[in-house]
Parts: sequence; structure tokens; C-alpha cells
Amino acid sequence: MALVSIKDVSKAFGTQQVLVNINLDIFKGEIFGLLGPSGAGKTTLVKQLVGLDLPTSGENYLFQQKVPSLKLIERVGYMAQSDALYGELSAKENLEFFASLYGLTGRKRKERMDTVMRVVELTEHMNKLISNYSGGMKRRLSLAIALLHEPELLILDEPTVGIDPVLRKSIWDAFYELKKEGTTIIVTTHVMDEAEKCDRLGMIRDGKLIAVGTPEELKAQSNSSNIEEAFLVYGGVKREN
Amino acid sequence: MRIKALVIRILRQIFRDKRTMALLIVAPILVLTMLHLVFNGDDYVPKVGLVQVPELIESQLDLSHAEVTTYEQLKDAEEDLSAKELDGYLLFKDQKVSIFLEGSDPSVNGATMKWFEGALKPLQPNEQATIPDVNFLHGSSDMRQFDYFGPVLLGFFVFFFVFLIAGVSFLRERTTGTLERLLSSPLRKSEIVLGYVIGFGIFTTIQATIIAAYAIYVLGMIMEGSFIYVLLITLLLSLTALTLGILLSAFANNELQMIQFIPIVIVPQIFFSGLFNLETISEWLNWIGVLTPLYYAAEALRDVMVRGYGLEDIYINLLVLFGFSCFFMILNILALRKYRKI
Repeated sequence: MALVSIKDVSKAFGTQQVLVNINLDIFKGEIFGLLGPSGAGKTTLVKQLVGLDLPTSGENYLFQQKVPSLKLIERVGYMAQSDALYGELSAKENLEFFASLYGLTGRKRKERMDTVMRVVELTEHMNKLISNYSGGMKRRLSLAIALLHEPELLILDEPTVGIDPVLRKSIWDAFYELKKEGTTIIVTTHVMDEAEKCDRLGMIRDGKLIAVGTPEELKAQSNSSNIEEAFLVYGGVKREN
Repeated sequence: MRIKALVIRILRQIFRDKRTMALLIVAPILVLTMLHLVFNGDDYVPKVGLVQVPELIESQLDLSHAEVTTYEQLKDAEEDLSAKELDGYLLFKDQKVSIFLEGSDPSVNGATMKWFEGALKPLQPNEQATIPDVNFLHGSSDMRQFDYFGPVLLGFFVFFFVFLIAGVSFLRERTTGTLERLLSSPLRKSEIVLGYVIGFGIFTTIQATIIAAYAIYVLGMIMEGSFIYVLLITLLLSLTALTLGILLSAFANNELQMIQFIPIVIVPQIFFSGLFNLETISEWLNWIGVLTPLYYAAEALRDVMVRGYGLEDIYINLLVLFGFSCFFMILNILALRKYRKI
């Protein structure tokens, strides 16, 4: 059974067609990457899964239930492209606030806050004001907030933008840890080498899903040595040599 | 629970941002103080002339608190009047008293007329014929212009600053993406709006108390009624300002565009709030007054502060303000549907 089911989804803003007839199933426990250039429609697609946007036609299902529904929202952790933090407040106050929205209180809340801050390696910056955080720290705190309520499905829109390679690796290690615990993760990215780290990939270009498969399958089928080349092949660009 | 979290967060943000907090409290106090000084400067000393006043009568006049010149010739007085050397003069002719005023400045006219009344009083201990006694239904002859404007200004500043701060903070919630994050959590749309109303409600109660107490006890603004009613009115007014500010922030893309609502939404309200005489406004514009929240708040504030009325006289105005808030709140919840349909 698919955990996420996208069925014949199209989306148009006015006359502009952003998503064209997307069909996609994502399964429990996998790290699924949505790969594509900016403007391809990745964000629009993941927003629909969270319920922040609705398809013009077609349906989205999470846990076999139709989106949007308030019940589903509690089982999903979403991290948008913008960091979405309150700059006047400290990291601790931000975490407290968002944890309370999910009904976490008292010792349980404290415990979760400590855990997620450890995952993103920000424990020592707990009491700092967000306005004093660097870009990368904000990104990590934003990720920590998405992890707070132990969601079964994690949807991350460009989670590693602006994060240095060392930290990026540690964040991906965290993803693998979460996967081991049974969490399903959807990651959007436009970085080709990051795509190699996903279990399966969906390539999106101009609102169309042009290919789906494991990185190895995609490379083999397109007879390419790396994901970037594969993307070009599926995107209909002729090989130069 | 979720609303409580939102309320705590909003209050934390306000108290963390010292400058904005200062704007909300210090700015109204500063402006009210300045207005107090402008409107309540020293009493104007009128320059008056006495023309052909018999000595017997002159000795009976109360000539204090004015620069008095006596004239033998009417012509001299007329010249001085047109040269603005005089604000007015008193003419005795054929046993009749007439008053001539320079007339270009209404407030000077008032002061001069008042002086004449006082000066002529000793002459007519019994009869009231020539110049009638002036009676005040509310206030007294001590009532100053500031006392009449004061209640309206008090309401206006509360409305203005709450509108701006609430609008901008909700706008920021939208532009920084935190609104999206709130909506990707189980928080309901109504809870977001209620959280804002309660959070800012608590803060504006503090704000209104400080500003009103300062205006009344430090600046000595007239206060005939109960302080609690003043707080109740300003609280309800700030709720309308808050809900309207949040609503309009949905139509602004940045802080500057929020500021652009001031001349469109805020300034017109001043004209219809009773700062200017509403009866003299052209009839085709009259209907605007009843659409502006400030109109009702100013009316209620004046009823309490100047006329000393109680709840039974102001409750309709309070209900209208509450109605405005509810109406804007519902529109806010509907406006949030743009971001999440459920």
C-alpha cells in the first residue's frame, strides 16, 4: 500500500499550467527525492500534500485518506523553503511555541526539544535569539521544528540549501536514522549529487513527472554515468557526443 | 491550549521588541502632551477698546485681564481695529452698548466676547437683557478645547497604533512563511485569529490604561464618568483596529503597502469622529461617519469623559464596536481560506 498517492494531479494558476497530470506513489519507509530545476513545480506539489494548496484536478491521498484533512496534518512534518521562524524569539521559545501547537507539554515537550536540537547539532545555541542565528543555523532549526512531533511522514522543501557539506552529511545521516525508525521522507532538491542519496527519485521538469525510479535504475535506463546526464536524457535533450 | 501558546508567543514578541512597544505607549503620550500644550497655552489676553464710555460707567467695569485703551473718537478705534491693534471695542452711543469685533480668528473672538461679558457684568446686576448669561450644559466656562478634543484623540491614537502594529505583525507572519507553518500544523484558522485577538487584547489593555491614565491624571483631561468605561471603550476600539489591521494586511505585500492604508483607512475616520462638527459636513458625505468605528468610540468616550454618562447610555456604541470586531474576525477567517481550505 502506498503511503502517499498522487492521482492525475494537475494544477493551473490562471492560464499557467504548473503541474500536468502527475501520478506517483511513495511507500512507507523510503526517502523519496523530487528532483528538478527551480520553477519545475516541486514546491507546488509538496504544498498540496500538506494541504496548503489544492489541485485544479485530480486527488492526493496520504495514509489512504484524501487531502486536505486536519487529522492528516498532525501526522505530517513540513519544512518549507523559507525558514519560517520568529526572529525576536530564542530558539527555545520558537520550539516551545510550535511544540505546543501539536499538543506537546511539560516533560515530553522538553525531551523532544532536546532530541531534535541534538539531531541538528544546535544544542548549545538553544537560548540564542534567532536574529543572531546564521542562515545555516536557521535552516537546521527549521528542520528541527518539523521533527518535533515525530511525524510519520516528513516533507522537506530544499532542506539543505545554504548548508555546508559537513553539516549536509550529518543532516543526511539524521534522515537515514529517521528512515530506520520507519519515517517516510520526501525531499525536494535541485542539487543533482544530493539526489543520489535518495532511495527513489522523481524527476520533474515543466510540471511534468518525466521519470521515476532508483538512482541506479534511472542511470542504467538512460545509459548515463550520473544523475545530471540522466536528467538531460529524460528531459529530451540530445546527448552531445 | 493552542490559543494559549499563540497568545504567549505574541506577547513575548511584543515585549522583546522594545522599540515597537515604546511606539505603542510613548508615542500617544508624547502627541497628547504636545496637543495639550498647543490647545491649553496661556489664556489669550484680548486687546479691547472703550469708545465714548462715560467715566461713571467705566469705573464700574471689570477691566482686568485685558489690554484696555480708551478712545474719544470712534474713528481712531475703527482704524486700530482694522490695523489689528484691537480685537474689539465697546461703543456707548445713545445709551446703547454695541460690541465690534475684528473677527478673523474664531478663537480670539471667543476670548474677546467672554471678556466683554465679564466686564459688563457689574453694570447689570439685575437685568439680563443686553447680553445674556452663558450657560454650559456640560463642562463649564473652564472647559478647554483640549477637553473637547481629548476623548476623540485618545480613541484615535489607540486605533491608529494598534491598527498599524497588528497589521504589520500579521503581514510579517505571512511574508516570513510562519503563517504557512502555522497552517501546516493542526492549528485552526479561527484559533489563529482568536490568538491574535487575545494576545493583542492583553497588550492593548495595558497600553490603553497607561495612555488614558496619563491623559486624565497627568494632563488633567476632563473626566466626569468612570475610568473603567474608558478602558472598556478603548479595549473594544482596539479590537476593531486589530481585526481590521489583520484583515487589510492580507491586501498588502510589504510594510510600506501597509502604511499606505493610513491615508485611506485611518485619516478619513478623523473627519467623521467628531473632531469637526458633523452637522456642518455636506449631506452627501454624512453617511460615511456611521461606517467608521472611531465615530462610535469617540461618541462613547465623550459621553463618559465629558458628559459623565454610564453604561446605559453608551452600550449601543459598545455593541456596534463589538459588531465591527466580529465582522472583521469572520472576514479574517474567510481570508485565511486562501492559504488552507480547511
